Amino acid sequence: MITRILAAVVLALGISLSAFVFISEKNGGPFPLSFGLDLAGGTHLIYKADTSELSEFERKESLISLREVIERRTNLFGVAEPLVQVEESSFVAETREDRLIVELPGVTNLSEAVRIIGETPLLDFRIENPDAAFDAVEEDRYMSVGLTGRFINSAELTFASGGGGISNDPIVLVNFNNEGADLFEEITRDNVGKQLAIFLDGAVISAPVVREAIAGGTAQISGGFTPEEARDLVRDLNFGALPVPIELISTQSIGPSLGKAILQDGAIAGAFGLMLIMIFMIIWYRLPGVIASVALLFYIALMLLVMKLVPVTLTAAGIAGLILSFGMAVDANVLIFERMKEELKAGKGVRDAVREGFARAWLPIRDGNISSLIAAIILFWFGTSIIEGFALVFALGVLLSMFSAITVTRLVLLAIAPKEAGKVSRALFGSGIKL
Amino acid sequence: MFVVHYRNIFLGIGALLLAAAIGAILFFGLRFSIDFTGGTLLEISYTQERPTQDVISSKVENLAVGSYSVRAAGEEGYIIRTRDLNQDELDALTALLSIEENAVSVDRVTTIGPSLGGELGRKALFALAALSVVIVLYVAYVFRRVSKPVPSIYYGFIVVLALLHDIIIPTGFFAIMGYYFGAEIDALFVVALLAILGYSVNDTIVVFDRIRENIAANIERNVKESFEITVGKSLQQTYMRSINTSVTTALALLALFFLGAGVTENFALTLLVGVVAGTYSSIFLAAPLLVSLQKKIYKKG
Repeated sequence: MITRILAAVVLALGISLSAFVFISEKNGGPFPLSFGLDLAGGTHLIYKADTSELSEFERKESLISLREVIERRTNLFGVAEPLVQVEESSFVAETREDRLIVELPGVTNLSEAVRIIGETPLLDFRIENPDAAFDAVEEDRYMSVGLTGRFINSAELTFASGGGGISNDPIVLVNFNNEGADLFEEITRDNVGKQLAIFLDGAVISAPVVREAIAGGTAQISGGFTPEEARDLVRDLNFGALPVPIELISTQSIGPSLGKAILQDGAIAGAFGLMLIMIFMIIWYRLPGVIASVALLFYIALMLLVMKLVPVTLTAAGIAGLILSFGMAVDANVLIFERMKEELKAGKGVRDAVREGFARAWLPIRDGNISSLIAAIILFWFGTSIIEGFALVFALGVLLSMFSAITVTRLVLLAIAPKEAGKVSRALFGSGIKL
Repeated sequence: MFVVHYRNIFLGIGALLLAAAIGAILFFGLRFSIDFTGGTLLEISYTQERPTQDVISSKVENLAVGSYSVRAAGEEGYIIRTRDLNQDELDALTALLSIEENAVSVDRVTTIGPSLGGELGRKALFALAALSVVIVLYVAYVFRRVSKPVPSIYYGFIVVLALLHDIIIPTGFFAIMGYYFGAEIDALFVVALLAILGYSVNDTIVVFDRIRENIAANIERNVKESFEITVGKSLQQTYMRSINTSVTTALALLALFFLGAGVTENFALTLLVGVVAGTYSSIFLAAPLLVSLQKKIYKKG
């Protein structure tokens, strides 16, 4: 009796789960499924961040501030839910490389996206190299002193008053943070009489001679630029002087129409696949097949629910993984039913056969599924963001299907299995097409 | 069971298929997508009837960016593959492709730098190797209590032999697909291989598990039975399950292949071939190999 009540409760739970999953996907419902860039449309950019000249500590610091700067930039242009993250190349890469990954959902204009991120100036202070040849190119005449845009707090625009009281030359004042201020003072103290060049994106914009040590943490840049250029520079410095140079190494941009088609096709394929599997299970396993089909539906509702709540981002590969998992989800049931059939043949009662079938099938189910989980973990490591979607769905599918195939099927089977096996119930619980 | 009795025939078929797959890989070679080689892939569609492939080709030719390929995608569009283009080159190409009153829309554009592509290749090889090693160890661990008549580590090695079979067959299949239909090996292909490994090991473990159980039962009941017969009996008891699970998985994959999105078509096909190969290897290769191995050990000892 208790099993029957429990079974009814589980079935009711399954129905309410499906109802919730269905209703919450209607417009404006809570916990909508989240779709990856390849389904929703958007742009995915990977930059290489050049941190080769920094110490380990500086590297970490500058990567954090790089992320912040880029995040500010993406926010500035009103992109919904941008994702900016820093990542190290995997250990199998030829050289260690720091990468910046930017995801811009909804931005399908690639050149626009690249412009949003890319047009940030790189500011760098360099000191005159006394050993350089007289006719050396600009690059070689100066040495980096480690003072870059990452030490900048803010920038402002003023105008130098020229002769006759007419303000002309625009001056950009750069305020360093504490660390930068100390560094700047040290550099100016050690290099009195030398030229301190200010490089913007690799080109000298001015190279004043240091007259004395400068304390207080403010540097003046007057490079003979127009007021417009100076204003842009100040804005860019404030909104994002990049602490380290970045270089675009991969771009992907996907229009929204393609994603919609993928989603639609996926839904149709999923529904058809599900139907075929259920028909096969019912023809082959009869009554238990019907129950396995119910468990499969339960599994799908549970899967969607977990994906909504976590949330797991659904990608094209993830949809493929989900559909694949329909086929694999019934595996535990197939194992159990085959075992049950053996026990029935050995002359056990239906209910005992059910119990025995479950007990004996557990070990191979567990061992087999662990190997699938190991594969999922390695898949997750292998993957770029789009593939991670597959690995996650694959792993979740293994775990949840194990649960649904075992608990749900067991409860319902035990609830309806008669104690003694008559001819009818043997036929209902038997399986296979007589060959 | 007949599979064990005639095992040399089934092992022979397996070896033959394997040789054919390796031959196909060597003969046709593999076509790698920009995921591995680096490059730019541009998927476009037109609002009105699309121009012919020759028109598109000549437009790409005009840009002079080296070798390229153009193939039709769906009903309205094309997929163009070139070396990795920078933003200016890409803008120029897009501008070239638009035709008055028949606007071109860029549905998808992917550019991958060569260093990133190379890294993915190494990552793929490493992932496959790592998974194989972990699986040998795992299988050896799971069957650690089984030492007679075949030591547990051999179970692990046989699983890996079966896995190699399961990977090489779909790869060979793809070499043929690449030669005749231009199918490319991309990141998703590697994902499919890894998933096949997970699936096939699962399958083989179920068979081995039954062998373990039967050996234990024999010892308990003090029944003397040759290893060959135990394995045969175990296969008899598990092959229906192997086949039925493959059928349900194949049904899902067939639906995905015929009805699913174009981007996962090749993925579904790879998995389908892999699932069939995996089922064959766990029924017709892994367990029979175990018997052959036991005979070898028995002869020596």
